[in-house]
Amino acid sequence: MKILVPVKRVIDYNVKVRVKSDGSGVDLANVKMSMNPFDEISVEEALRLKEAGKASEVVVVSVGPQQATETLRTGLAMGADRGILVKTDETTEPLAVAKILKGIVEAEEPGLVILGKQAIDDDCNQTGQMLAALLGWSQGTFASKVDIGEGTVDVTREVDGGLQTVKLKLPAIVTTDLRLNEPRYASLPNIMKAKKKPIDEKSPDDFGVDVTPRLTVVSTAEPATRQAGVKVGSVSELVDKLKNEAGVL
Amino acid sequence: MHFGLSEEQEMIVTTVRSFVENEIYPHEQLVEKTGEVPVELGQEIKQKCIDLGFYACNFPEEVGGAGLSHLDFALVERELGRGSMALTHFFGRPQNILMACKGDQRERYLLPAVRGEKMDALAMTEPDAGSDVRGMKCTAVRDGGDWVISGSKHFISGADHADFFIVFVATGVDETPKGPKKRITCFLVDRGTPGFEVRDGYNSVSHRGYKNCILYFDGCRLSDDQVLGEVDGGFEVMNEWLYATRITVAAMSVGRARRCFDHAVNYAAERKQFGQAIAKFQGISFQIADMITEIDAADWLTQVGAWRLDQGLPANREIASAKVYASEMLARVTDATLQIHGGMGLMDDFPIERFWRDARVERIWDGTSEIQRHIISREIFRPLGA
Repeated sequence: MKILVPVKRVIDYNVKVRVKSDGSGVDLANVKMSMNPFDEISVEEALRLKEAGKASEVVVVSVGPQQATETLRTGLAMGADRGILVKTDETTEPLAVAKILKGIVEAEEPGLVILGKQAIDDDCNQTGQMLAALLGWSQGTFASKVDIGEGTVDVTREVDGGLQTVKLKLPAIVTTDLRLNEPRYASLPNIMKAKKKPIDEKSPDDFGVDVTPRLTVVSTAEPATRQAGVKVGSVSELVDKLKNEAGVL
Repeated sequence: MHFGLSEEQEMIVTTVRSFVENEIYPHEQLVEKTGEVPVELGQEIKQKCIDLGFYACNFPEEVGGAGLSHLDFALVERELGRGSMALTHFFGRPQNILMACKGDQRERYLLPAVRGEKMDALAMTEPDAGSDVRGMKCTAVRDGGDWVISGSKHFISGADHADFFIVFVATGVDETPKGPKKRITCFLVDRGTPGFEVRDGYNSVSHRGYKNCILYFDGCRLSDDQVLGEVDGGFEVMNEWLYATRITVAAMSVGRARRCFDHAVNYAAERKQFGQAIAKFQGISFQIADMITEIDAADWLTQVGAWRLDQGLPANREIASAKVYASEMLARVTDATLQIHGGMGLMDDFPIERFWRDARVERIWDGTSEIQRHIISREIFRPLGA
């Protein structure tokens, strides 16, 4: 079975994001970019399935600018077999990405697509679900455990109030949550091998997808600074404040 | 002209940096407080490093290393320099002088060192022989077919964890027109060899937990099989293998300076006095400007030195320049960072006082600043006969 893992190039999670002074977006100049952390978890899960003999090939794909090659190389250095770059300089929205991924799925015929549940830049949390809908495949989102069976996959999902396990028929879509695994470091031999692994270059046109954004960003603003809290001296004071000031009791 | 790193180099840097941030930083406080690295923790770091294929990455592929170039390896050292030396010691980089191993020495020392099965330590310095290496008093004399070593070595880093030692010993004296000159031989000495003892060293203000030890030799008997290189050929193996290691001090100084710099910038941007961030005061912001300028300069000097080694170009002066400049830059950067933090910089709630203490030894070990300047000026004047 082949596993397809879409990966996105985003602002590194350690970077303090700054809003541009004109509010048109966030400042990306000279900012460190990395693979979306949820996508790292997806790559890790795919590699573990391959190592366990449940998958034969791991293909990473990225939709984005030329620099997204670096993100693909990171996936290849972790151990993925090959990469596909769908090159576009346009801001990509989830639906356009899902449509492109549908085209790739049709060409590659993977048994499983593992995506991050969301990217840490726009936090949309839509691409996996849209892809499942476009393909008419089953989906297991927010996975904290993935178990491949005979023609099925059991996905344990992190839902409000606990865990839910769903059994999906393969091929299927899985989106990963934080607790699924801890991604590995790229090993030195794999870093050295990564350059030799192939990366195919495609364009959205190859899949007949128009990536022109459908949404307009009206303005971008920093979240309000959190106000300082108060320390209370006793439980009764706390209860009093919750009742009379916060109004939550 | 191309000043960027290759994709592989970028990934090496990213991987080593995240390894240091995730596997080293969280344990630094413990090591600082106790002055010890717990045995299991050292083993854990070592095993992770072996699994990642980074262990002994400074060795060529034919002996099981990763075959990194001098420049690649300098980048690894730079990123390791961010973390506590006591802990990054287990991100094993055996002494590359072990490449001089011959015959069954390869199976006994070189290969186990590269595989991480045995750890090594290098012993040169003596109480009366620091920069003046030839002044060493530790001697080996012939007795039958064996060598018998007597004397002591001190400031031996990593000796507490070492399974064997690479020891430089005087094996005779030549009379020269300039006066008597000692002949030096390099020996491989196993821990536990009768007549050889490893004792606790001194408490240093720099690099707590990265211990220095004292080695005592009292009639320690070794066969010719334990000679690394040739008898009386100690200076040859030293010159062939050890001069490149000075660049690691430069690289680590750059890495630590960058970590320190991030603290300085963040603190200057957040700390408010007189109603504004102290970064708004030129007294602070100009210090920051000087710091980054010097860090970048040291980084480039170091990378160029390593690159010259890779190209087979003369690099002795360049490496000495990188070592002296980077270690002195680190002193200025840690001192300025401490100044920016004010009184809090001296408290052990922040790692700044540690960076400041740790920086001090970099101007001393692996050739003092004075020795580096001697090397640089000698290279300049020697062709002129001056």
